[in-house]
Amino acid sequence: MRLERRTKTPLHLIFLAPLAAVAAALFLAAGLIAAAGVNPLSAYGELLRGALGSRLAITEMLTRATPLIFTGLAAAVAFRAKLWNIGGEGQFYMGALVTGWIGHSLAAPGWLGVPFLLVLSMVTGAALLAGPAILRLRFGVDEVVTTLLLNFIVLLFVGLMIEGPLRDPLAFGWPSSVPVNDAFRLPDLIPRTRLHIGFVFAIVAAAAVWLIVSRTVFGAEVRAAGLNAKAAAFAGISLPKTIMGVALLSGGLAGLAGAVEVMGVTAAVTTTMSPGFGYAGIVVAMLAALHPAGVVGAALFVATVFVGADAMGRSTGVPSFIADVIVALCLLTTVVALLFTTYRVRR
Amino acid sequence: MTEAIDLLLSTSLWAAVLRIATPLIFGVLGALLCERAGVLNLGIEGIMTMGAMTGWLAVFLGAPLWMGLLVAALCGALLGLLHAMLTVPLGLSQHVSGLGITLFASALAYYLYRLIVEVGELPPTIEPFRALDIPGLSDLPVLGPVLFSQAVPTYLALFAVVVVAYVLARTPLGLAIRMTGENPNAVEAQGLDPIRIRIWAVVAGSALMAIGGSFLTMAAFDSFFPGMVQGRGWICIALVVFASWRPGKALIGALLFAFFDAYQLRLQTVIEAVPYQLFLMAPYVLSIVALILVARRAEVPAALMAPYRRGER
Repeated sequence: MRLERRTKTPLHLIFLAPLAAVAAALFLAAGLIAAAGVNPLSAYGELLRGALGSRLAITEMLTRATPLIFTGLAAAVAFRAKLWNIGGEGQFYMGALVTGWIGHSLAAPGWLGVPFLLVLSMVTGAALLAGPAILRLRFGVDEVVTTLLLNFIVLLFVGLMIEGPLRDPLAFGWPSSVPVNDAFRLPDLIPRTRLHIGFVFAIVAAAAVWLIVSRTVFGAEVRAAGLNAKAAAFAGISLPKTIMGVALLSGGLAGLAGAVEVMGVTAAVTTTMSPGFGYAGIVVAMLAALHPAGVVGAALFVATVFVGADAMGRSTGVPSFIADVIVALCLLTTVVALLFTTYRVRR
Repeated sequence: MTEAIDLLLSTSLWAAVLRIATPLIFGVLGALLCERAGVLNLGIEGIMTMGAMTGWLAVFLGAPLWMGLLVAALCGALLGLLHAMLTVPLGLSQHVSGLGITLFASALAYYLYRLIVEVGELPPTIEPFRALDIPGLSDLPVLGPVLFSQAVPTYLALFAVVVVAYVLARTPLGLAIRMTGENPNAVEAQGLDPIRIRIWAVVAGSALMAIGGSFLTMAAFDSFFPGMVQGRGWICIALVVFASWRPGKALIGALLFAFFDAYQLRLQTVIEAVPYQLFLMAPYVLSIVALILVARRAEVPAALMAPYRRGER
């Protein structure tokens, strides 16, 4: 038995592959739910109800999907160029931190301050990824390890800042930063829910990334660099320039996720504000096969699992870590499923 | 300032170095074994978490400590087998598969732990490995408490360095593993099966990683809690590069690293003006610096991360 490259990918496989992958992951996770002494079918029912069963549940799911779209786009653009940005979590926190920091003391009207803070968070996120990108280009240091280690460094730095100079003296319990100025809180999309206009920003970002990767020269260069770096260089594409461009875009998108989360949801920065948005973004990007439109769909799916699993945990007692298990299983089953869209098994 | 220097002279610091180095030694050996055969194993962070949880769980459920080590190793081997299957016969991206294994294994470890221990409950403890005094040697001044009064897995770690170094450098098996990491086509031409060699190297390496993780719950602490591996796996991946893929240098790297870690922990209590987070950052910053220092002259196995498909160039 061996694998043989397909000459052409049948169209139905491209759509069937992710569905089959999700089904397989849910099937495997069902065994774990049964181990908790709960009927998997009724548990999944609770999950769906918890995420999609009411108007409030849906808005909560969309709120959770918002940062995932940004971090998913960040991973997708980077992975397209085979720049392994695993630092989305750190870039998210740095974006959040500068937003909380500057957004607290900045005196400006909202129409001026919000765009300023968005740009600032992008610059911060981009700068954080520029370091590992330069290290890779100049010294050949693998960016996977450096971006991963930076996540830990950033989280400690955020802790240092919110326990020190940015500490909110009015906050009880866990340390939290001072909140951003009320003028910079993003308006609600639907009144009396947490869903804010940041969701629209995320959709706009997805459309912009789609335009960049599919309709510009830069996008073509990115794809060429990712598919075959040597051939791309031979064709006259400057690899360092392309990688740096990708790094700035990817880091910027992840930084944006942090800013939007602070201005839209939390108002203040804490070290627990992200339940792993950066890491989940990697899964979102892979589920989407690195396509920007797919990222939106995949983010909605992952958000459904996370929000639904919380509700399921409350009503059935299944530990909500099941959400992380399902999402991680989806990543593994998806990469296998995607393989079979380009290869087939031959005896 | 004098206090900072006094710290360097305390035997407890140097005894802690070996203790802190133990999980790193296992982890870095495991990662090294995988990479020497040509497979990057980013599953390490999750595999260590799983090893920490399952080893602890086995002992918590009544198994003896050595059985806990075996259970951890077995779980690590199974996760390694999964990574190997995805990356070797299927030839999937080693980056993506490894990260997937880490996300999956950590989530699974936390999930299984939560089935037993509910949120808010105090983490249940076990009776961990105690320091084993080597008769005669442990009474030596300074050297005794530093080298000869450690927990059993620490001696095992040092023994593992010798075994891995010997096997890689001096046996036909080691030659086959190294060759698979450099040129799998040549291995095939010798009538050996590079695919099988890679799979077994990843399985064995992952078992070592899990044993390293289990040291955290079965010797360094006596309980499990989410997030306890704290990037040690990633640090091991950096240490492999720092060690130029050599077991002896890997031991030195792990010890050096553990020294800085042990020292910063003690320095925190002496220098109070500096926020403790800066000290905690040190290990991660140090790993990045180490990577930069050696990157230019790193002797990367030539076929690392290159999937091998028979008959495909």
